[in-house]
Formats: sequence, C-alpha cells, structure tokens
Amino acid sequence: MNPFAYTRAYGVDTALNEKTERAHYIGGGTNLIDLMKENVMHSQLLIDVNHLPFHEIEETESGGLLLGAMMTNAETAYHPLIEERYPLLAKAILAGASPQLRNMATNGGNLMQRTRCYYFYDTATPCNKREPGSGCSAINGYNRIHAILGTSSECIATHPSDMCVALAALDATVHVSGRNGDRTIAFNDFHRLPEMHPEKDNTLESDELITGIELPEKGFKDHFTYIKIRDRQSYAFALVSVAAALELDGDTITDARIALGGVAHKPWRDQGAESLLKGKKATEENFEQVAETILANAQGYGHNTFKIELAKRAIIRALSEATENVHLS
Amino acid sequence: MSLVIDTEPRTGVSSTSSITLKINGSEKRISIAPWTTLLDALREHLDMTGTKKGCDHGQCGACTVLVNGKRINSCLTLAVMQEGNEIQTIEGLSKGNELHPLQEAFIEHDAFQCGYCTPGQICSAVGLMNEGKAHNASEIRELMSGNLCRCGAYTNIVDAIEEVINKEGRNA
Repeated sequence: MNPFAYTRAYGVDTALNEKTERAHYIGGGTNLIDLMKENVMHSQLLIDVNHLPFHEIEETESGGLLLGAMMTNAETAYHPLIEERYPLLAKAILAGASPQLRNMATNGGNLMQRTRCYYFYDTATPCNKREPGSGCSAINGYNRIHAILGTSSECIATHPSDMCVALAALDATVHVSGRNGDRTIAFNDFHRLPEMHPEKDNTLESDELITGIELPEKGFKDHFTYIKIRDRQSYAFALVSVAAALELDGDTITDARIALGGVAHKPWRDQGAESLLKGKKATEENFEQVAETILANAQGYGHNTFKIELAKRAIIRALSEATENVHLS
Repeated sequence: MSLVIDTEPRTGVSSTSSITLKINGSEKRISIAPWTTLLDALREHLDMTGTKKGCDHGQCGACTVLVNGKRINSCLTLAVMQEGNEIQTIEGLSKGNELHPLQEAFIEHDAFQCGYCTPGQICSAVGLMNEGKAHNASEIRELMSGNLCRCGAYTNIVDAIEEVINKEGRNA
C-alpha cells in the first residue's frame, strides 16, 4: 500500500469537504484495501465514513424501504424487513462473498466495488480501466470470466456484485449527497457500460457519497429467485447469475424482471425483452423466447463464449423456479 | 467534527499516530501508521501471533477475528478504523486453562493437520454461533466457506462445530 492519511468523518459535510480526486471514502474496505495492497488503487487520504448516521432501514412514504449506505451486507440480508419483503435481495447478498466479508462490506461499498478482471489486478499488464489508453489485455487474452453483453473495444470487464443484480431487478434508487446537494440516481443509471471510458465504473461525481439505497414497494416476494452459477458452490464470483422476479395472475405474467450478473460491466437489464412476457403464460416456451431476446446481441471472446448459452439456460431455469417459487440453488 | 490522524500530503515518509485498541478485554496503546491493517497491528506491533496471515487478501480466512462479536477478516481492515471496538482474537477465547468449547471440540475431532488455519477457523466458528444461522452440517459448510484449510480437514472441522452447536442448542 502507498502511504496515506486517514480521517474519520462524523458528519456528511465533513466527509464531502475532505473529498478530493485523490481521496477515497472507506466503508468496509474489503475491496479498496485489497486493491491498494495490489497497487491498483492509490489514495492520498482515506475518509472513514462508518460513523455517519446511515446504519438503519427506514420505511419510506411510498411504501418501500430506505437502506442505510453504511449498514453491512450481512445486517441487510438478515434484517426481518428484507427477509419478509425483499427475499430476492437477501438471497442475492447471501450468494456473495463469505460471512466475514459480508460482516464488513457496506451497502454503499457493494455498489462501488471494482471488477475482478485478472488484468485489472495485474499491474504488469495493460488495462484501460486501471490505466486509460494502455489497452485491454482481456479481449485477446484469457477471458473466461469476462463480459458478453454491452462490451466495447476498450473493456470487457464485468461488475462483480450479486447484491446489485437484485437491486437492478427491484428498480432500486441510489441516494447520494454531494457538495451541490442531494440527488437520487435510478439503479439502472448508476453503473455504466465501458464505451470509451472504462475507467469510470459509475455515474457518481467524484465528490459524491452514497447515503442510502431505496427499494420501491414491490418486492416480488411470492415469485422470485436468484441463481448464481460459479466454479465452486460457495465463495466464488458468478460466471452467470440471474435475478428473476415475476408477478402472476393465475398462470399469466403481469410483471417480469430479469437482471443478469457476470455478463456485463453493469447488472444487465433488458426491459424490452421483459415486456415480451407481460400478459403471456408462464411457460418454458415463453421463457425461451425472452432468453433468446436478451442474449440476441451477445458476443463471446473465446474463453467466455460458453456464457451465452449458459445465460439463456440460467434465465429459463430462474423464471421457472420463480414461477413455482422453489429455490433449488 | 472529524478526528484527523494525519493530513500531511504523502511523500513516502511514514507517519505514525498513537491509538488505543480494546483486545480481549484489555486496552492496548500502540503507535502505528494509518495503513497498518488490524492483522499487522496484532502480529507485528502487539506480538499476538495467534491470528495468522494466510493470503492477506481476504480469501483464506486465516486472519479471522471477532469485532463486537462479529467475525471479520483482519487483513482487510485498518487498525485505526477499529478504535473503540471490542476485538477478540484466538488468544482471548479460553478462560485461563479452560478451553472454549470449540477449542475442545477441534482437539477431540482432530479438526486440523498443520494447524495454520485453525485460529481463523475457530474464531469464524465462534462468529457463526453468535449469528445463529447454521443448524446442520450443510449450513455449517456454507457459512464456513470463508475459511480455507489447505490440509483438507473440512470433514472434521464441520463435525467439531456441529457437535458444539448441537450441545449449546440443548443447553439453551
């Protein structure tokens, strides 16, 4: 790690005032400290935001919940209101990392975690995300864990979070504070695609701080699942994951949400494809059609080409399990 | 209000500050740089080498300690961030010569070979029991997945933890 200074913020204003381009907020530190040890990230100043008053879950006026940004992933997943009303979110969080890491990692930090692309971590190789303009080593390199959707000529990294896949499916909103005031960001607009600037993971401004994550009322608790396919059964990142949530009237689908993890630079939603299911019967044939549509523009890079078929099958299985509300994985 | 430990622009010169950590019930004052992890503070500054450094990247769990009763990877947190918290390490589990039930069970079940991952496994198991989410062998395996054992003593580790969970359950 490079030497740095440390300060503890007890108020949002202090945190915002201390923030510069070369300073970072630290929550759990599970990803940031690791990246600093690897010399991938460098900081002049770490601003400890764990003492800010965002450790609770509040009910919102619109019938949803506001999750404090500094709550840990474990506190969130095991919170009675999340278990009861948003079991999809609980299931996704518990599919990620290890109990120790979930006890440390904060909700805000989960959104801010960086890709686990091997080349991003390996400072001996070019990487446009780590060092803009240096090139992408993954496109023609070993790319088994890389993206198949929304990639660019500059970057094929994936976003590693499980929690964020569920938040995308649930249409969450990110609450942030900055020196120019507070604002909210729709979850789908929070993370971005790499395009020509893979160094930017998300649309947060450099001075902004995540203070909360809002869940709308609809929790899809009766028909949901989170399927995570990975190289070992626990404590591994997703090759492909699917958050599926359905609203059914008998066997007719009235609302459908499908978000994919492990396949793109952000949790992948295709609302056009989802709308194909509305008013249709919950049948495997209809699920196949939506899976084909979502993956229609997928592109494999060699080692990761298997993910295209894997994602289709995972979508079909997730929608079938959500329909029956059985959770096999 | 903010507590500024060190705001000088960094020039590579190490800068230390004095902090107090509450470890196994006693207060320890140490002078450390902000970039010292809790793991390094324990091992290098306090000579508490029971907590092990395996991967130093949060992947193996050998460095697991309890903070306010919750298990964490001490390699991924800074010592300065843990001021004011109750830190418990493997050294603080026994009461004098009386071992913690999990320590007893690990011996009884021969739940290790080389023993390097054992302090982390046991602290993690204490955290697991505090959480109360594991009720059978399968749940124990899933919720102990953050602790790797290179010798592959998993079967006996799960048996040891399951025995203690079952016993405590009956006593409760």
